Amino acid sequence: MTSTPHSTPAGAAVELIDVVKDYAAHRALTGVNLSVRPGEFVALLGPSGCGKTTVLRALSGLERVDAGNILIDGVNVVDVPVNKRDIGMVFQSYSLFPHLTSVENVEFGLRMRKIPTAARRTRAAEALDLVGLGHLAGRYSHQLSGGQQQRVALARALVTRPRVLLLDEPLSALDAKVRVQLRDEIRRIQTDLGITTLFVTHDQEEALAVADRVAVMREGNIEQIGTPEELYTAPATAFVAAFVGLSNRMPATLSGAQVTLYGQTLGVLGSPSAAGILTGPVLALVRPEDLLLVSSATPGSIAATVVASSFLGSLRRTQLALADGILVSVQHDVSEHPQPGESVAVRLRGNPVAVSSIDG
Amino acid sequence: MSGNPTVGAAPGRLARTVILSVVGIVFAIPIIAMVEFSLRNLAGGYTIAHWAGVFSPTATVTYAIVFTGLGNSLVLAVVTVIIILVILLPTMVLVQLQFPRLRRVLEFVCIIPITVPAIVMVVGLAPVYSVVARLAGSSIWTLAFAYGITVLPYAYRAIQSNLSAVDVVTLSEAARSLGAGWGSVLWRIILPNLRRGTLAAAFITVAVVLGEFTIASLLNRVNLQTALVQVSRSDPFVAVIFSLLALLFAFVLLLLIGRLASDRRTRDHRKAS
Repeated sequence: MTSTPHSTPAGAAVELIDVVKDYAAHRALTGVNLSVRPGEFVALLGPSGCGKTTVLRALSGLERVDAGNILIDGVNVVDVPVNKRDIGMVFQSYSLFPHLTSVENVEFGLRMRKIPTAARRTRAAEALDLVGLGHLAGRYSHQLSGGQQQRVALARALVTRPRVLLLDEPLSALDAKVRVQLRDEIRRIQTDLGITTLFVTHDQEEALAVADRVAVMREGNIEQIGTPEELYTAPATAFVAAFVGLSNRMPATLSGAQVTLYGQTLGVLGSPSAAGILTGPVLALVRPEDLLLVSSATPGSIAATVVASSFLGSLRRTQLALADGILVSVQHDVSEHPQPGESVAVRLRGNPVAVSSIDG
Repeated sequence: MSGNPTVGAAPGRLARTVILSVVGIVFAIPIIAMVEFSLRNLAGGYTIAHWAGVFSPTATVTYAIVFTGLGNSLVLAVVTVIIILVILLPTMVLVQLQFPRLRRVLEFVCIIPITVPAIVMVVGLAPVYSVVARLAGSSIWTLAFAYGITVLPYAYRAIQSNLSAVDVVTLSEAARSLGAGWGSVLWRIILPNLRRGTLAAAFITVAVVLGEFTIASLLNRVNLQTALVQVSRSDPFVAVIFSLLALLFAFVLLLLIGRLASDRRTRDHRKAS
């Protein structure tokens, strides 16, 4: 792999143990525990203010933690300053040094490590080639597009061969097409280099697309961590079910591990006890693809009226009003064209992924 | 009623011309009058004899007091610039990076001198300078402490406008994450990006110091302005000529401030293309 800045995979194991961070009276992290395997790509996903960026900043050393330990390859780094932690970081806002060219930006970390000039230039050129910007080495940041700037920032973070790569919403300022391109590129480079990576995002699609595992955060702690499939098909809580993917909230009755809704009794994929309810009325969270559009005559179907229908490229999503006024979304083939006001019916074809309390 | 109100719209070409012409005339008339005066011949008509006298080989002897004042003002300008760059600039960067809540306090402190008349300041400074004279002597450079206070509002504004335009927090965090210590962050990242504000602060400081009269006069020090007043009593032509030269110098400095950033930007574009 001579064309990359790494000759060997540089992944390190990362562990956060009971990490607490306070900002004045506000507790931003309430005892975060997270274990990342060497070379793993973990996404921290959650709504704004849930503490995901604080986790990243604590890991990088930009924020001091108030309690807990942060281990990199088994060594506690809580007292190690940011410039000694050997961590690469890409920021949300474009953070290229405006007075330096792309290649000078990439060389900066090597210069700080007193790498000889010749080696520095070679490695910086390799890093820029890695992100496909070798031909723009002489450009300043104001002469680059947003996507190009983030590519240079990625090259700059990678060229020092850090033990851990931290990406703090690096795609959020980019337009949709560039986001997808750069997202795939980041994943390709991470896989090639085998570098342990933590990626902060509030975009669930982004997290599910690139990460080996996704940690869903809520109010300063990790609600659930798992593979994208686990989170989607078996969310531990209603919050995870609602945050990861789309869910319809349908009135139901819970009895142990079974739930009855619209006359059908089904199992629940996630753990109902996580919602703190064992029995009684609940809201069942049903994925749009687990509802099937059927003809009105189908036995066991639920009568509904079409409210709106959206074409999404490879599929169509239709909003329906059930007889009791509940609005649900159904995902179906683009060949079906339900019209607003049309009477249809739906049938459940999969189990609810979670339940939540009736007021939740 | 259609269309949007044009609040905040740029003035038209005619309005711009009128405004610039009026402002230009207000500035130009005194300068033209000074030039005209400096060329007057006491016997009638005009002569360049007064100008020639200033640039003659014997001028340094004839107008020794002016050259002494000029030398003192230049020393004061340099020391004041050093005080601003060594104390104000790092303080502002530190507040921006580490203590953003103190920004308002710092701004208030830095703006105060503009509200205090020089004469009032001198009344307060007089006893202070009697102590300064005992500790550091009464060399001219000690006046730079007072000038440092006088130029604070101008220097603060010049640096702050640059500081507000650069995301120094993210840049310093990026540099730190790449292995830079605080010294490298300041020297290699922040200062180059505050180059324009720093130079502007330095040039404004030089301009203010070269034009300062009240403090030097009331504290019995000789600087360019006090020397010019002294010379004007015996030779008003020379005083006016030196005033014009000082104005020209300040004008060139201010032109340089405006040029520096655009030159850099143009050079960067050329280099890239």
